[in-house]
This record gives sequence, structure tokens and C-alpha cells, in this order.
Amino acid sequence: MLTITSIRNGIVIDHIRAGLGIRMFYQLGLDKAGYSVALIMNATSTRMGRKDIIKIENSVDFDITMLALIDPNVTVNIIEDEHIVRKVKPELPERVENIITCKNPRCITSVEKYIPQIFTLVNRELGQYRCRYCDEIYTVGKD
Amino acid sequence: MLKGRHLLDPTDFSPGELDEIFDFADQIIQTPDQFNHLCDPSILATLFYEPSTRTRFSFEAAMLRLGGKVIGFSEPMSSSVAKGESVADTVRTVACYADIIVMRHPKEGAPRIASQYSPVPVINAGDGGHLHPTQTLTDLLTIRSAKHQLGGLTIGCCGDLKFGRTVHSLIKAASRYPGNKFVLISPAELRVPDYVTADLASKGIAYQEIERLDEVIGNLDVLYMTRVQKERFFNEDDYVRLKDFYILNADKMRLARQDMIVMHPLPRVGEIAYDVDDDPRAYYFKQAKFGMYVRMALISKLLGAC
Repeated sequence: MLTITSIRNGIVIDHIRAGLGIRMFYQLGLDKAGYSVALIMNATSTRMGRKDIIKIENSVDFDITMLALIDPNVTVNIIEDEHIVRKVKPELPERVENIITCKNPRCITSVEKYIPQIFTLVNRELGQYRCRYCDEIYTVGKD
Repeated sequence: MLKGRHLLDPTDFSPGELDEIFDFADQIIQTPDQFNHLCDPSILATLFYEPSTRTRFSFEAAMLRLGGKVIGFSEPMSSSVAKGESVADTVRTVACYADIIVMRHPKEGAPRIASQYSPVPVINAGDGGHLHPTQTLTDLLTIRSAKHQLGGLTIGCCGDLKFGRTVHSLIKAASRYPGNKFVLISPAELRVPDYVTADLASKGIAYQEIERLDEVIGNLDVLYMTRVQKERFFNEDDYVRLKDFYILNADKMRLARQDMIVMHPLPRVGEIAYDVDDDPRAYYFKQAKFGMYVRMALISKLLGAC
């Protein structure tokens, strides 16, 4: 069993679907972090079987809703003095700009690069977003 | 108020605003000469980034019949686009010369970009496999004229429903009228994109996806035919197996109701046999004429000429 020490002050992103942790890690720019960060992949979970976890030993300021775009089921634990003081479930934002990219090769955004990638939430339950320009559906956790 | 508005999506205008356009188109159909000079000093720019004869001619004829003038290109390689100019810059420049812009573009969403940069109205004349709202206005005016209603109809769409932008636009617009049901007839490879069925499902509108036209033609009020192109199939065997299901002929018409109408955005390439042309239910050439009248009405309204 791999042992990673608990953190004193910071954030633990738990219940990440196995395989998505690394994407979240890079999306948060943690590969460039100057503080202690741990990415645990394929940890055993009674609920999920396998899961990924990210531990950040720092009070970083980032948009939690962004995490929901990668995996809407994550839990964000805020740690102070080695205790969880708050648990946050990120919610999908209504509008997303320049975070997800339209995968439709016929979309105008594939050729005119000055255009912002804008998506609006169309179905919260299914995690579906619609491209503002071509109506292509992006499904969180699948695309 | 339609003056100064863009038309990018068939649902940009409310059903009431569409009625305003259709009512005015009906007036033009009744007395076309009365509107010969309605748009006299105005200029329409047609920016066609991919080939089109029918839609471009229809827009140009519409503007000329209103007394206006037309500029533009029908081949992007003969314009500044060939030098790599962006849609935004082309539109900002053309808007200095023209009062209204019509754009066809192979990339989906290009007219929306154009509208974000244009101080004059932009009309989407087809963007990739996405939408074709003025064809939808044409289709709705045709249905209204034939059926005297736009709701409570069973509308069958047949052929290439994946890349058929006219179908996507029609379903989107017709789904706003209460009581309409859709029968989507296509090979599995060419079904409508997920966003279209997701829209119908979210509005609780009944739809059915099926492979054979002859099994459902007897249930339809409107049959909207489109081309099934060989190159859309993954293999030759599937094309050979399925192509005849999507050809409408006099034999299949015998299975249809006496008051069903057959529509097609044209051009056809064999999917409607010539033996259907003389059937009073064949509406596709009337539809082409309605297309010019509805574009006359649309241009007049967006320019605020009436």
C-alpha cells in the first residue's frame, strides 16, 4: 500500500474517476506548482472500485466549477490544520468560455482561431453543453 | 420589429414574427408589381463561400424584384478570402458598402461570427451541414399555403438526415408549432445528429426513426425528401442495399394519403422519380417559387422597407 502523508493546509480533490486525475492535474496547472502536490492514480475505493485523488499543500485559488467539467462527481475537501473544514461539490457552470473545445471539424472555430470557444449548459443531469456556433453537443466526462 | 435583425437560426424569430413575414409574402404573391421599387436604393451583398445556384439566384432575384441592387462573390477564390482574410474582416468591410448581407459558408457557425461583427443584417444562407433558415422559411410558407396550418401535422423527413441542413432547420422550426410529430426516415448511418433528437426529446415532441419509407408514407401529412449521396455511405454494399428505399415514385405515392404533400429543397438527383411530377401532391417546384417570395418579404422586413 502506497502511503502519502496527510496535508496540513490545502485542498484534497477526491472521488475523481480513475484516469481523469491527470487531466485535472494539468488543467489546474499543477505540473508547474512550486508547492507540494500529489496525484494518486487508481487508489482503491469501496464506492468506486478505483479512483484518482489530488492533494495540494497550499491554499490555491482556482475556479472549482472548472473541475466539474472534467468530472462532475468529484468532492473538494478544504483542509485546515489537518482537518476537513469544508466539503464542496462543484456545480456545472451555465456558460463556459475557452475551457472545452468544439470537436466538430466542420465548426467555424476549427479554422478561425480568434473566436472564443463558447458553450452553454443544455442538460445539467446529463452534463451536456452546446457549442454556440455549430450546436455540437459536448458531454462532460465522455468527450 | 424585424428591422435591423439577423437571421441565423430558424428560431431567431418568434412564430408571430414569422407570420408577419409570411403574411407579407402572401401580399407579394397576390400583387408582385406593387413592390417593384420597395427596396430601391438598397444594396444586398451575397457572400457565397461555397457553390450555390438556387439559393443565390433566389436571393438575387428577390432583391432585383424589389428594385434593389446586388453585389458579391459566388466563388471565394476570386475574393480577398483567397488571401486568407477572416470572416470578421470580410464582413466589416462589406458592411461599408451594402445594406444587408447574405452568407453561405461551408463551416458551421460562420454566419453567427459574421453577425457579431456586422452593423447591417446578416442572413444565413446555409452553413455547412448545420442550418439553412431561409429554406425553412420557404418550407413553412409552402406548408402554410398547402395545409392552411403549421401545427398538428405528421412531417416525414426522408433521405440524408445527418448532413441535410434543410432538415435540421425544418425540424427545429416546425417543432415550435403544437401538435407536430416527426417521422425520420433514413439509413442508420445518416440519422439526424444527436442534438436534433435531444431537442425533440427535451420538448416532449413525438418522433420516430425508421429505415423504410414505404412502411410509414401512409401516415404522413408532409413528406420532405432529400438526396442520399453515394459518398455519404461507408461502403458500396450498404448504398446498393438501401438506395431504393429512399426513391419516391408513383408506386410509393399510391400508399400515401390524397392530401399529403411532397416537398424537396432541390436540386433532386433521382430520389424523386419523374413520374411523381404530375401528381398534384408534388409541391417541390411551387416550393422553389415560394422561396423567392419569402426572401422578398424577409429582405423588406429586415431593411425596414415595409
